[in-house]
Amino acid sequence: VLLDRELGGSWSISPTATRRIERRYIDRTNVLTTQFHTATGVALLTDFMPAASEKEKRARIWPEHELVRRVKCEEGEVDLQSYFNSRPDYGRARTALCDRGKLGLRIELGPVLLTLQSDVGMVILPQGGASATVKLSAGESIDFSLSYSTEGPAVLPPLGELISDKLALTVDWWQRWADQTTYKGEFQDQAVRSALALKLMSYAPSGAVVAAPTTSLPERLGGDLNWDYRYCWLRDAALTARALFGLGFDDEACAFVSWTLHATRLTRPKLQVLYDVYGRSRGQETELSHFRGYADSRPVRVGNHAGVQFQLDVYGEVVEAVAHFVRSGRELDRETQRMLRHFGEYVCSNWHKPESGIWESRGPGQHYTHSRLMCWVALDRLIELHRQGRIHRIPVERFLQSRDQIRADIEARGWNADLHSYTQVLGGNTLDASVLLMPAHGYNDASSERMQLAHARIRERLSPAPGLLYRKEQSLTMREGAFGICGFWDVDFLARGGGTLEHSRRAFTQAIAYANDLGLFAEEIDPESGEALGNFPQAFTHVELINAALSLAEREEREWSNHSHAQWPRAPEREREHILPERRV
Amino acid sequence: MNWGSWLLWGFVSTVVLTLIIAGSQGLGMTRMSMSYLLGTIFTPNRDRAKLIGILVHFVNGWLFSLIYVAAFHVWEMATWWLGALTGLVHALFVLTVAMPALPSMHPRMANEQYGPTVVRQLEPPGFMALHYGIQTPVSVVIAHLVFGAILGAFYSLP
Repeated sequence: VLLDRELGGSWSISPTATRRIERRYIDRTNVLTTQFHTATGVALLTDFMPAASEKEKRARIWPEHELVRRVKCEEGEVDLQSYFNSRPDYGRARTALCDRGKLGLRIELGPVLLTLQSDVGMVILPQGGASATVKLSAGESIDFSLSYSTEGPAVLPPLGELISDKLALTVDWWQRWADQTTYKGEFQDQAVRSALALKLMSYAPSGAVVAAPTTSLPERLGGDLNWDYRYCWLRDAALTARALFGLGFDDEACAFVSWTLHATRLTRPKLQVLYDVYGRSRGQETELSHFRGYADSRPVRVGNHAGVQFQLDVYGEVVEAVAHFVRSGRELDRETQRMLRHFGEYVCSNWHKPESGIWESRGPGQHYTHSRLMCWVALDRLIELHRQGRIHRIPVERFLQSRDQIRADIEARGWNADLHSYTQVLGGNTLDASVLLMPAHGYNDASSERMQLAHARIRERLSPAPGLLYRKEQSLTMREGAFGICGFWDVDFLARGGGTLEHSRRAFTQAIAYANDLGLFAEEIDPESGEALGNFPQAFTHVELINAALSLAEREEREWSNHSHAQWPRAPEREREHILPERRV
Repeated sequence: MNWGSWLLWGFVSTVVLTLIIAGSQGLGMTRMSMSYLLGTIFTPNRDRAKLIGILVHFVNGWLFSLIYVAAFHVWEMATWWLGALTGLVHALFVLTVAMPALPSMHPRMANEQYGPTVVRQLEPPGFMALHYGIQTPVSVVIAHLVFGAILGAFYSLP
């Protein structure tokens, strides 16, 4: 329904008249509660997808996939209505709901069966879909369960007591998962919320993390900047690996890096820009002309043309992700070592070529400074891994020579002396926020003269408001929003020595103020209204929120350490625990 | 009775029948997973159920092939078309009698009249197993026709 009110599918449960709505997640979980305040009472809707330990899954029958919705009247009386209309295949499939009595409403979509069960009689509507209305008094509740099956016999979970059990198990499962984090910094709530969002965007069987679960939510209302983000971008690899390892979610981090290596194995040494969750490379992009689009933003796209672009930054991303994997104490097998060696050789042979860059420009290729940086990162990390004895038989001299040539190229042509900044493209005169990543990748120091000047210039030209940064100067003419991730790159830069600790904290507080009521971010933020723009929620934004929080904690740790050595007695351990991230050996 | 021939061709025909039903599921003709359906009689664990279900299905296949072989002996002839005809009768019996009766035999299968319970959550197959997909009967009939045809064609009467 987001992309087309008439053709899109939806499932709503709400009072017939609402005065106020409050949403929140149950603490450290992905169980969403929505409180409806009406003139006659208050109702609480709880939405969740059941989660349980492997032991629990072995002990009882579970549907392949299930969405559970429980609505309870907390005060007075509330008139509720539910409307369900599944519109598969982007509204093109001709399917009909079928009432199977006690077995619920069914809709067959080829090999897939959707089953909707509820405590109230859902009436099938002649125009499609089903609806129900019910009056609840204080203390009364009703349950709904939508299950998805590809295998017969389908599991049709009963409602009532079992739903209560599932809710308790799910809350417990998520809280146990969230409590694995080793990060105890002052922004723990935001970092854990971001990790929870990332977990929902990961495909458990492969470990892949999609950029966003949506397609074509517009980056400019009414415009054509509408893309399909339901894919996994290698561009996100290094920062995602750092975020997951940094928070202590080692299983997810290892699964993600393993997926990255598995997916890239199929196309090596050439890398695709994006893959699907199974590791397949699919770049075909089509337009759904029958959809009106969100706020009339057309076209609605399925697939992403960026998949066939040539981008050099992905080599640095993959190698850096592997470096994080190795730093966590893991070993590389011989096959992976060979693959990394091939990536390095590919970079040596191709780093000088024009390409599409981090922002996937659709015009002719250019020499993007950020891509040069990531080529430098690829070779630098491979040399580092070789020196640590983690990767063998690499052509060290060739890698060293190319790495130094790349640095010389960036410093000579990526720096604009008139502008006092690194630029978007070599020899150019426009700015790009991605150069703020240079310290994060160990290319240069955030407190260096060039980085300080570049940061000042970027803030001057790309920041429309405190906590916000455009990704590039062209954003202004494209009328797109500020990029959520860039605001956190700014924080990361400051925390790494680009500013004081107080500056960093303030920037972080300003950036997180643009989250929605649930602590979630889209890809972009409208600088004027503060509204979210683009696909939602956006993994990249949340990844960098986590990394900025980790950098802040590391900065605090350094400052604690400096103060304690210089003049202060060491802070009591219990006090320090509130600030410092724990480190895993 | 040619025991060696029965063991061999009973096994081969069961393998082919299993392949056809599993292939039909993979191609989207039916959702029915025989291994899951049979395995959940013994365990609620999805993965373990499929493993157990495959074993049970093979034992069933062998046992049913014994009935086919017994019929060949009674008729004193074994041909592919006689086997296929027996397979057709077998398939129709499974679809019209055994499947609708399954909820009363399967400990985890729900009943259409009372709906799912905490213990009984599996969707019943319904008449001709149509609840598992409109083309389920087609796949079951084809699988049993081939099952019988292989037995009839290759089982050698002593």
